[in-house]
Amino acid sequence: MTEVHRYESVIGLEVHAQLETRSKLFCGCASAYGSPANTQVCPVCLGLPGALPVLNEAAVDSAIKMILACGGQISARSVFARKNYFYPDLPKGYQISQFDEPIGVGGAIVFDLDGETHRIGLTRIHLEEDAGKSVHPTEVSGDAMSLIDMNRCGVPLLEIVSKPGIRSPEEAYAYLSRLRQIVQYLGICSGDMEKGALRCDANVSVRLRDIDEYGTRTELKNLNSFRGVERGLKYEIDRQIEILELGGSVVQETRLWDEDRNISVSMRSKEESHDYRYFREPDLVDLAISDEWVSAVADSLPELPHETYIRFMSEYSLPRYDAEVLTTSRELANYVTEAMRFFPDPKKVSNWTMTEVLGVLKDLGIGIDKFPVSPAQVGELLKAVDDGLISGKIAKDVFRQMAETGESPLVIINREGLRQINDEDMLDAVITELLACSRENVEAYRGGRKQIFSFLIGEIMKATNGRANPDIANRLLKRRLDER
Amino acid sequence: MNIQRASAEEIHRRTVCGELDPIETAEIFSDSAQRSQANLNSFIALTPYLALRSAEEVKSRLEKRESLGSLAGVPVAVKDNICLEGYPTTCASRILADFRPPYNATVVEKLIDAGALIIGKTNLDEFAMGSTTESSYFGSAKNPLNSEYSPGGSSGGSASAVASFHVAVALGSDTGGSIRQPASLTGIVGLKPTYGAVSRYGLIAYASSFDQIGPFARNVRDTAMLYAAIAGRDRRDSTSVDNDTTNLMSAIDQFKPVRIGVPREYFGEGLDDDVGRAVGSALETAKSIGCEIVDLSMPILDKAIAAYYVIATAEASSNLARYDGVQFGQRSPRAAAMQEMYSNTRSEGFGDEVKRRIMLGTYVLSSGYYEEYYQKAMQVREIIRRDIMHAFDKADVIVTPTSPTAGIRLGEKIDNPLSMYLADVYTVIANLTGTCAMSIPCGHGAFGLPIGVQVIGKHFDEMNLFRLAHRLESALDFRAGEDD
Repeated sequence: MTEVHRYESVIGLEVHAQLETRSKLFCGCASAYGSPANTQVCPVCLGLPGALPVLNEAAVDSAIKMILACGGQISARSVFARKNYFYPDLPKGYQISQFDEPIGVGGAIVFDLDGETHRIGLTRIHLEEDAGKSVHPTEVSGDAMSLIDMNRCGVPLLEIVSKPGIRSPEEAYAYLSRLRQIVQYLGICSGDMEKGALRCDANVSVRLRDIDEYGTRTELKNLNSFRGVERGLKYEIDRQIEILELGGSVVQETRLWDEDRNISVSMRSKEESHDYRYFREPDLVDLAISDEWVSAVADSLPELPHETYIRFMSEYSLPRYDAEVLTTSRELANYVTEAMRFFPDPKKVSNWTMTEVLGVLKDLGIGIDKFPVSPAQVGELLKAVDDGLISGKIAKDVFRQMAETGESPLVIINREGLRQINDEDMLDAVITELLACSRENVEAYRGGRKQIFSFLIGEIMKATNGRANPDIANRLLKRRLDER
Repeated sequence: MNIQRASAEEIHRRTVCGELDPIETAEIFSDSAQRSQANLNSFIALTPYLALRSAEEVKSRLEKRESLGSLAGVPVAVKDNICLEGYPTTCASRILADFRPPYNATVVEKLIDAGALIIGKTNLDEFAMGSTTESSYFGSAKNPLNSEYSPGGSSGGSASAVASFHVAVALGSDTGGSIRQPASLTGIVGLKPTYGAVSRYGLIAYASSFDQIGPFARNVRDTAMLYAAIAGRDRRDSTSVDNDTTNLMSAIDQFKPVRIGVPREYFGEGLDDDVGRAVGSALETAKSIGCEIVDLSMPILDKAIAAYYVIATAEASSNLARYDGVQFGQRSPRAAAMQEMYSNTRSEGFGDEVKRRIMLGTYVLSSGYYEEYYQKAMQVREIIRRDIMHAFDKADVIVTPTSPTAGIRLGEKIDNPLSMYLADVYTVIANLTGTCAMSIPCGHGAFGLPIGVQVIGKHFDEMNLFRLAHRLESALDFRAGEDD
């Protein structure tokens, strides 16, 4: 066992998910991403003196969905608190968040990794407002300046805090993937890390495997891509092990992951850490959530990723891998479920989706929601193959055309004359003509060079524009070659 | 008739009958307010054009026989911590000297809609922190009854303007007594409504869980008239509550004798003899009109000042964080880096009393002190709230002095903040518990300066307060020298 394997890493993740509500958390401003700077602002989100926050109930709906999806407990009464700190993109000088009485407690994120089911417990889920964005340094009439875009101020965030139950960067990656999948299934967050819709901080420590106490932890910030999460954690774990191996001790601090340089750097020590002076937000009343509110939201809850995954394995008898790939997004899972209704051979639908549908989507650079081919058309195409109307190979070409034009498979097959040739007499005639022109090959085959067979099949396909039924062509050719 | 000495009700009646030209009213009051500035300094800004515009609107509605608002033609002043769109709203602070809000406070909207003529923005202690108006960046306002004395504070400018007949009524704000104490010291009526009765939207916050906007007038009916015009639920203030004031004016005469609770702890040490005597004779008068006096004991009251100053300064430290030179506050030109910009801006922009309270508040919320101060103060607040509720089982209202002295000489307290804080002993109870409370004149002290008696009512029981105060007012026959 190498030195490194004597250690175990202990990781807890804090994920901020930007909620896709139409308006911000405490005012009526639009929360859309990418508008011109400082165009989605009002007295409330600008923190103008005298303005007051009013809670957006749609954000509460989103929070309830997430808590239910994770099996957490919804607090009948929760409290907003002010988190006080000075920063230029925080106009009020405090962030409205939740502290000791969050909207959700407990629950877990469940996912499969390397064939095993993992279950990472959650400490809490709470609502808070986003800050603005500083842009620096910027040149303004010759002077270096920092500029602030307040559009993001007050956009609702859901913070999901895990217990320190994650044991490796790979597990952290899988946790985050599942979390993203859940928020996307719920339709509450785009999950787009590049646009900052999902942001991740981690608490990391290492300890010897046979020791129960946690080691000194560091907080790692700015893990803003999936790759960053995996690499940043790996870097931090290695860094801590190296310190311990050299007889040193880990310093409790906040570190910043630098994705470009692939290193983390110290941001502030424990002594320099902020004292946020949390206290109850006096401008808001307690958030009371009735059982009726919860059940109304529960009724609108879609099937969740893990449930869909299990269903794909049990109901459709699909292998684990297929189920995982096909449930990546709710849209894809719905697409497949729909296609199954039109062509009830799950494995064939699965294979077709994984290779052809996903392949075409990738080539076109679009998502399943923009795909012009309907699940019904996929079913129709697979049925055409199954009925022997066209070959599997032709089907792939037809499918490409369908993706381009949105036409139904039969229209394309008929127009292009792609129907498979199943007529034995017709195929026999093709074979007769072919063999007459290639006596050498026939001799060679009969002399023992059996690989000539597939060459000849290829020639038959060429002669028929790929329309020859391969099974029949095989049988006929074999019969003709073997007869003396 | 001297229009300046008329009541708001009388001005309104005559305006509606067409006996009084609102444009003339606007001009008379704007001119006299302007002339009073040199002696009284009641105003930070005068708004003659706004008053004129409103008067023209009233006149044109009158000519078109359209309906008129409940304050049509009534000259009113607004404390300068309440946002008035496009006009300076300074909070009497250097740091907001140039702030012109782009929106109106809800109460200002209501005043304008009701046809009131806003004559100007009144002077106050900086950010409403003080009891004498001396901490104003624009210099102290004067007591119109004796210009060597303070009109009280923090709403000293509003009280001074009403008491000196330069407006009929005015709005102030009351966080720990800032309406009632100046009303008492200038011999007029002032109401701190129940927390939530009047929208705080647009009131620049000092301590959000205490702040409440309320009316000043020279008699109880005018006070009720202004209160009725500004009260009600506002969807922009989550802490505001629906309360019906439509029948207030017609029901105010229906006095029924009530049980008056008198906490004996409030009539001992620290109370000036002349004040004690005047309040005592007011209680005798109350008895003579059929009220029953109930002896109360609430030992917890001696913790009220401490609890109030801990919680109020904690909230203030957070509320005033936004004045950091980034968006608000005159940014200090002498700063190279961000931290320096913050500290220079705030050092230069805030006065001593504000700095003192920000530091106190920051301290009591800091980690390690939170439990000892803020949390304990919140517990005391809860106990006081409970005790007051119990007291209201035995009594319908509670009567105390408003201020322990009958006059504060300018300069007398400015260097002794602790004695200034202690003088809030009678008023902070209503803020800590959220109940309504009113000060009405009840006599004169040793130097001929007025003395007020405070009547505290149950939550949203303003009606009973008005009825008793109105009856007491005529029985005491103490009015601020008005022509009827």
